[in-house]
Amino acid sequence: MKLQTRLIHSGKDRDPYTGASSIPIYQASTFAQQDPEHLGQYDYARSGNPTREALEQAIATLEGGARGLAFASGMAATSSALMLFSPGDHLVVGRDIYGGTYRVLTTLFKQWKLEATFADSTDAASVENAITPATRALFVETPANPLLSITDLRAMVDIARNHNLLAITDNTFMTPYYQRPLELGFDIVVHSATKFLGGHSDLIAGLAVTRDEALGHRLKAIQNTFGAILGPQDSWLVLRGIKTLGVRMDAQQRSAGLIAQWLLTRPEVKRVYYPGLEQHPGHDTHQAQASGAGAVLSFELHEVATALNLLKRVKLPLMAVSLGGVESILSYPATMSHAAMPKAERLARGISDSLVRLSVGLEAPEDLMADMEAALGK
Amino acid sequence: MSQALTTLLAQAGNRFDSKTGAISVPIYQTASFGHPALGQSTGFDYSRTVNPTRLVLEETLAKAEGGHKGFAFASGLAAIDAVLHLFQGGDRIIVTEDLYGGTFRLFEKVFRPLGIDAVYVDTSDIAAVRIALKKTGIKALFVESPTNPLLKISDLRAIAEAARAQGVLTIVDNTFLTPVFQRPLALGTDVVVYSATKYLAGHNDVVAGIVVTGNPELSDRIGFYQNAIGGVLGPQDSWLTLRGLKTLPLRLRQQQDNAGVIALWLASHPRVRRVYYPGLPNHPGRTILDREHSGYGGMISFEVDDAARIPSVLAGVKVFTFAESLGGVESLITYPAVQTHADMEPALRERLGINDRLVRLSVGIEDVGELIADLQEVL
Repeated sequence: MKLQTRLIHSGKDRDPYTGASSIPIYQASTFAQQDPEHLGQYDYARSGNPTREALEQAIATLEGGARGLAFASGMAATSSALMLFSPGDHLVVGRDIYGGTYRVLTTLFKQWKLEATFADSTDAASVENAITPATRALFVETPANPLLSITDLRAMVDIARNHNLLAITDNTFMTPYYQRPLELGFDIVVHSATKFLGGHSDLIAGLAVTRDEALGHRLKAIQNTFGAILGPQDSWLVLRGIKTLGVRMDAQQRSAGLIAQWLLTRPEVKRVYYPGLEQHPGHDTHQAQASGAGAVLSFELHEVATALNLLKRVKLPLMAVSLGGVESILSYPATMSHAAMPKAERLARGISDSLVRLSVGLEAPEDLMADMEAALGK
Repeated sequence: MSQALTTLLAQAGNRFDSKTGAISVPIYQTASFGHPALGQSTGFDYSRTVNPTRLVLEETLAKAEGGHKGFAFASGLAAIDAVLHLFQGGDRIIVTEDLYGGTFRLFEKVFRPLGIDAVYVDTSDIAAVRIALKKTGIKALFVESPTNPLLKISDLRAIAEAARAQGVLTIVDNTFLTPVFQRPLALGTDVVVYSATKYLAGHNDVVAGIVVTGNPELSDRIGFYQNAIGGVLGPQDSWLTLRGLKTLPLRLRQQQDNAGVIALWLASHPRVRRVYYPGLPNHPGRTILDREHSGYGGMISFEVDDAARIPSVLAGVKVFTFAESLGGVESLITYPAVQTHADMEPALRERLGINDRLVRLSVGIEDVGELIADLQEVL
C-alpha cells in the first residue's frame, strides 16, 4: 500500500466493535477480566491501551518497522531507547543532535556511566574514529537542527554493521513520509511526534519504532517498566494528525522551497540553510536517502539587529520554540534551542547571533514572504 | 491585512491566549466564569451564551465566509433548526427538492406541524425558482448546492437576486463545497449553514453544525435563538473542528483531485451507467461552478448497470468504508436509497433519480490509484 493510503488506513484505526470510523479514546486505566487464570489482551493501560496501540501500529506501518511504541514526549522516547544500554557502554552521537538529547546524555545518563562521544556525523571518518571497544550504538539525526546538516544514513549503517553496533536515528524533521531509515538498515527510529506527526502544535508526544521484533520486545518492556507512556487523548490526537501528514508535508515543503529561494534574493540575508537548495552541503546525500527536503530552514542575516528586528516585527510566524505545526514558527537558536551551549562552542558550530530558524506552516507563502519583507525593512 | 484563506485557517486561534502564549487555543471546559466585581464581566459569563473556545471557531468561520457572525451548534441539524426559528406559522419556504434527508425530515416532521410550509422546487432550474417565488407567503429560500446525492448545481447569484427583489431571505447549505470553493454570502445570499461534521472538521470524528449570518440584524436573531434554545457545540468539539479547519484547504484540494480522476475512470467503466460529478465536462452545473466558484468538491454519485451488483460492491470494498456521512479524510461509500434518503417516499425518490442502482462516494485523501483499484475489484 502506498504511504498516502497507509496514513489513513494504518491497521487498527477503526473500532472493531462498533465500526466507528475513528478509534475510541479509551480513557480507562484498567480492563475488567473474564477469566482469573487467563487474562485478556488488555489488563492495565500502562501495559496496553487500544487507542495508544492504534497509534503504535500506525507509526510501525509508516516507518516499515516491526514495533511502534508511543511515549509521553520525544525525550521520553529517546530516553527509553537509551535505557537499552548498560553502565560502561559507549555511544557515538552526532554532534548536531537535538539539544535535549545532548542534555540527557551529558547529565542523567552520564551519572549512570553511559558514555557518549559527540562526533561530526556529516563526516563518516569522524564517526568511525570515535568508536571504542565499548561502543554499542550510533545515534544520529538528519537533517540536524538548526543548520540542517546532512548525515549519510547508509554510511552510518555500514559503520554500525562493521562494528556490530545498533544504529539509532531521530527522524523528527523528515517523518516517514519523506525518509524511512529502517528501510536503509537502521535499527531504531525515534520521533518527537509533537512536531510534524502531530502537526498542530497542540500536544507533546514521542514515538519509537524498531526494525525487528526482538528489539521491539525489549523496548516495549522498558516502556512498561519505566512507564513514560502517551495518554489516550494525546495518542488519538497524534493519530488524527497523521491522517493529514502527507498533504501537510507536501504543502509546507512547497512553501519552504519558495521562501528559501526568496531569501536568497534578499540583500539582508547572508546565507540560507535548506536541504532543498542545490548548494546546501549534503544536498546529494539527502536526495539519495529522502524523498523531500522538509519544511524547516534556517538563515543568517548580515546584522544581528536585523535578526532581532525580524523576530520582533513579524506578524504571521509565531516567535516560539518548536516546529512542524500548521502555523509557521520563527525561532532564535541563540537564546532558544542552543541557549545551554557555551557561546564559543555555539559560534564554532556556525550558530551565530544573527541566525534564525523558520518552520514553515500552511499559511499562503505569499503572506509569509510579505510579512517577513515588511519586518526586514529598516 | 487581507489574508489568504489558507493563512486565516492555519493560524485560527493562534494568538488567543495572551496570558501564556499557547499556540493552540485552550479548551475551556467550563460552564461558568467568575466575575471581577459586582456589575462587571470579563465578557464571558456562562458557556451556553459564549464560550471562548467556541467563540474562536465562530469568529474564524465568520471571517472565512465573509459574514457578520458565526454560530456553532451541536449538529448540522441543530444549526438548521435555529435558522428555521426565524419563521412562523403561515410562512412558506422554497426548498431544494433533492435535499439532505435529515433537513427534509426537519421540514416535514417538525416545522410543517408548526405551520411552516416547505415548497419543494428543483432550484437548479432558475425559471422554476422564479415561478415559485410568485406564490403567496414565501419568506425564504433554502438551497443546497451541490445537492445530495445527485450533485445538482443551483445558480446562487441569480437566486439571491430574484429573492432579494421580493424581500425574500436566501439560506444556503454550503456543506459540500465549503468556503474554500464557494462563498454564498459574496453572491448575495443571507445565511450559510453547515454540517461541520463533514469537510470542515474533516476527520469523521466530530458531530457539529455552523451558521454564518450576513448582517447584524440576522446575527442578533440567530444569536438569541442559539442562547435561548441552547443547542450549542461543546468546547472539545469546537476545538476539534477548529483543528480540522487548519487543514481544510489542503484536504479539499486533494479530495477534489482524487474525485476528478475517479469520476473520469467511472465514466468509462462498462458497468457504470451514469456518473454525477460537477467537475465532469458534461455536468449540467459545470458552467455555473466555473463562473461563480473555484472548485467542484470531492463527492461523486454513480449508477451501476444492475441493482443486484450493489450488495457485493458494498461488502467487497477494502479501502472505501461502507458508512454514512462524508467529507472525511477517509473515503466512504454510501447507498442513498437505504441510508441517507430512507425517509423519502419511494416514488419521489425514484422520480428524483435516487434509485436502487445509485451509490455515492465521498472521496478521501488516500492514494487515488488504490481507490480506483478498490472500485475496479468490486465492479
